[in-house]
Amino acid sequence: MGIYARRRFVNALVMSLSVAATAFGVVWLVLVLWTLLYQGFSAIGPVLFTQMTPPPGSSGGLLNAIFGSLVMTVAATLIGTPTGMLAGTFLAEYSRGGRFGEIVRFINDILLSAPSIIVGLFVYEIMVVPMGHFSAWAGAVALAIIVIPVVVRTTEDMLNLVPNTLREAASALGTPRWKVIVMVSYRAAVQGMLTGVMLAVARIAGETAPLLFTALNNQFWSTNLNAPIANLPVVIFQFAMSPYADWQLLAWGGALLITITVLFLNIGARLLASWSTFKP
Amino acid sequence: MSPAAATQMMTTAPPRPAPGAGTRQKVQIRNLNFYYGAAHALKNINLTLRDKSVTAFIGPSGCGKSTLLRVLNRIYELYPGQRATGEVLVDGENILTPGRDLNLLRAKIGMVFQKPTPFPMSIHDNIAFGIRLYEKLPASELEDRIESALHRAALWDEVKDKLKQSGLSLSGGQQQRLCIARAIAVKPEILLLDEPASALDPISTQRIEELIDELKPDYCIAIVTHNMQQAARCSNYTAFMYLGELVEFDETETIFTHPKERRTEDYITGRFG
Repeated sequence: MGIYARRRFVNALVMSLSVAATAFGVVWLVLVLWTLLYQGFSAIGPVLFTQMTPPPGSSGGLLNAIFGSLVMTVAATLIGTPTGMLAGTFLAEYSRGGRFGEIVRFINDILLSAPSIIVGLFVYEIMVVPMGHFSAWAGAVALAIIVIPVVVRTTEDMLNLVPNTLREAASALGTPRWKVIVMVSYRAAVQGMLTGVMLAVARIAGETAPLLFTALNNQFWSTNLNAPIANLPVVIFQFAMSPYADWQLLAWGGALLITITVLFLNIGARLLASWSTFKP
Repeated sequence: MSPAAATQMMTTAPPRPAPGAGTRQKVQIRNLNFYYGAAHALKNINLTLRDKSVTAFIGPSGCGKSTLLRVLNRIYELYPGQRATGEVLVDGENILTPGRDLNLLRAKIGMVFQKPTPFPMSIHDNIAFGIRLYEKLPASELEDRIESALHRAALWDEVKDKLKQSGLSLSGGQQQRLCIARAIAVKPEILLLDEPASALDPISTQRIEELIDELKPDYCIAIVTHNMQQAARCSNYTAFMYLGELVEFDETETIFTHPKERRTEDYITGRFG
């Protein structure tokens, strides 16, 4: 076999393997989405958004769970975003090459890949046990701990994309450091940073494990952040495991709802990123 | 190319006023040494920049000319591990003394970089940004300042109808003139130009050079350039640097026609560099 024939053969082989691997991955994704749509679509309707989770054997919706998820996601984002952005700013703007920054970055990377159930257990120990009960606050804190490393990472990465010459130009005008960061660096990186927040929200939208130990669940409508609160992931978990057909249907509906939310968050993040001044 | 040929090259330069006559010593550099960590980048530099004139720094890449410029507004301090020793006197005051307010210093010394650096905001806000840092002006006065800065940078006619547009929407040459406008809007006394035209096309380069000529009567300008014709065309004084040392410093005409040092002659005649 000549050298060109051999190269063509190797090329064709590697390409077919790549295509096969891609197809293998895509097939499962499509199957998951198809099953979700197929099973969950009939559950989507006005009732889902207007009625509470029902006792077994009667009809109902997911209103309290949707509300609880929304409240905890918003609270977690409000806690996690400023913390994460400030820490990311520290890493990118203040500690370049510094030892402390290296350590923070390393720990943040560990936190980024930490199993979420560990986060749940941790918050259970520091909040639920001392308070004596499960609560929406504990759930929000657990979710915030998952948000923070994602936001830290994207904030740092996006600020690192801002060319140093831009910071030099601003400093050369006599701009104080904090103003260089707020008026120039942030402005140049804002789309990317918001993209990070959206991805973080998408990440916590479906987290179940940390909520099992913190917010638990609530069969009823509750707006008390100091009490257990219903939320989609745990309701899905509970309903899907049950033997009752209408509960199972609601679980499918909730799963579809989360998936659609995550899908739109990701599309939004992509759109935002494509408008960025500086691209990765 | 012989020195005579270099003279030939210079005849294309526009007529320049007699350099140095009566202009004040604005910046005096004494025994300046600079270090990037352990690397000794500037070695015992002694040099004077005069007011209302242009001093060009030429020399091969890595000779320290940009580093020297970056000492003059202490912009190097943004990075850890870089330090300077010696004295840089601006109007008789040593700017290298610790504890100086760097922001006030830098407001007095404008800088334009090799790559245009418009801020990610509108053309208008790019200029207003610097002015607002140190002055609280009524709106009408601010607009006047912005307009006159853009006029001085020869950009007004091109942007007067789109001041609200992003500074990033301009062409490279316009962006660079926007940066010059931004630098002069804060009324500095010294302008540092770090290869301001090396990323631009010939027409934009010519505009920048004309601009330097127009700004000369009001500022003390230091320009780093790789382009020797540019140094010959627009400067009153030229400093030739090599490997971190100041080899020769004199009036531009002398440097390009009768250099005292062999190395200067070799460089300007293109024998190395």
